[in-house]
Amino acid sequence: MIDWGMAAQAGIWALEILAIAVPVALSVAYITYFERRVIGWVQVRKGCNRVGWAGLLQPLADGLKLVLKETIIPKTANKYLFIAAPIMSLMPALMAFAVVPFGQTTLFGLWDVMHVMSMSNLNVGLLYIMAISSLSIYGVLMAGWASNSKYPFMGAMRATCQMISYEISMGFGLVTVMMLAGSLNLTDIVQAQAGGLFHWYMFPLFPMLIVYFISGCAETARTPFDLVETEELVSGYYTEYSGMWFATFSLAEYAAMILISLMTSILFLGGWYAPIPFLDFIPGTVWLLGKTALLIFVFIWFRATFPRYRYDQMMRLGWKVFLPWTLAWIAVVGIFIYTPGLDSIINFWMPWR
Amino acid sequence: MLESVFFNLFAGLSVLSGMGVVLSRNTMHSVMFLIFCFFNAAGLFFLLDAEFIGVIMILIYVGAVMVLFTFVVMMLEVNTARLREGFLQYLPLGGMIAIILMIEFVGAASSGVFSNPAIATAEHLPQSINNTEEIGQILYTQYLLGFEIAAIILLVALIGAIVLTLRTRKDAKHQKIAAQVAVRSEDRVRKVRM
Repeated sequence: MIDWGMAAQAGIWALEILAIAVPVALSVAYITYFERRVIGWVQVRKGCNRVGWAGLLQPLADGLKLVLKETIIPKTANKYLFIAAPIMSLMPALMAFAVVPFGQTTLFGLWDVMHVMSMSNLNVGLLYIMAISSLSIYGVLMAGWASNSKYPFMGAMRATCQMISYEISMGFGLVTVMMLAGSLNLTDIVQAQAGGLFHWYMFPLFPMLIVYFISGCAETARTPFDLVETEELVSGYYTEYSGMWFATFSLAEYAAMILISLMTSILFLGGWYAPIPFLDFIPGTVWLLGKTALLIFVFIWFRATFPRYRYDQMMRLGWKVFLPWTLAWIAVVGIFIYTPGLDSIINFWMPWR
Repeated sequence: MLESVFFNLFAGLSVLSGMGVVLSRNTMHSVMFLIFCFFNAAGLFFLLDAEFIGVIMILIYVGAVMVLFTFVVMMLEVNTARLREGFLQYLPLGGMIAIILMIEFVGAASSGVFSNPAIATAEHLPQSINNTEEIGQILYTQYLLGFEIAAIILLVALIGAIVLTLRTRKDAKHQKIAAQVAVRSEDRVRKVRM
């Protein structure tokens, strides 16, 4: 006997997964196009403008090319892990989207109460995001090891050192957000920032916004931290990959970039709230995605502007600059919260208190 | 019904992957099996409404500890044939430990502590009860001393590890970052009139 309630629930879950995974894949395709056009514009050249109107079909052509290419598995590679590595790097990038709240809606007045648009309204949402995004290292490590070749191995080593170093300062930066919001639930964190531009955490936590965004840049190995895939390493850990497996790695990288941008807008830029309350007639999701798009533009802008960090500079920035900085800011926020007199200042950002 | 399906899935997979850790010949495969095992253990915590511990399990064990494990295993060239040389020599000791553990497990399972019917039929907690808050409240009030002692032990271990591995090398080249940042274009580029 089939339990119809359970079957319906499974169907809803499948639809929810598709409703997130398909737009993410599509936006990854068009971010690559956007990136090439923007960098072309910054460097005073055209960028891709031949396939389709203004080059809009370029991502499809690229995708088709990658699918049709032969997938080569090196003879000395560890076959199982070589094939598993791209999947292991894509999986956490997509899994993290499960707790991201995309806005609040009454479905145009159909429901009486506001519903949060997220697959799972987890109480430990922020920790979940941190845990899942720390798993993306394994794809890189496995790709480097399973290829059984020098350059991928060195690239994987560098990537691991980089990700471990920056994860710590990233986590400490988020502790200040937890202190102000008093919750690990992403929806609560956004709702604590309601009430206009000055309630956003970008004001009391401005140094942490900078640390989080730059660490996010390092986590996704984007320029200026792309020393894991430089020319000197012949594109680092995915040297030996070709065709669709190669594309899976870049899919994971761009999905992680979207996630970092989404998280920065949720944690520091007021999530789905408008900067001025009377602009709230525009749906929250539009605001959230608009902020995210702006941050993705900043990522691309970085790539067009900054030269690459050297390995020792990258390690120095993570351990000697960001880590003391975040620890000091945790102390500052803590002192503000518990000192009589000063707490009236910080209470402006802690409406739940 | 769904819950017991998930329990059996997680429990079965964690036992299987635990066996994989011990039985696989490639050390890298063992590490991957161990990671998978941690995932399933985290899943079991989620089923018990202990979502904080489940997520922390993934964050600490899979996200940090196992990365270092993998890192070290990658660097080492492990010769499995030589590792198996002392197998018979260690067999009695290992076997004894295994038997003692087995007896302990059976004893604990049949002691009656876990056969309390209230545990088996306990309802799930509502979402409004926040695991993180409950743990934090008890940790920072009732168990504050233990918590602080654990923190100091960790700090001592951290400093100890740094002291043990720190060696000042005379020939190491250091970068003066301030001097590098202070460089202006005039210091490096000379304009030549052609």
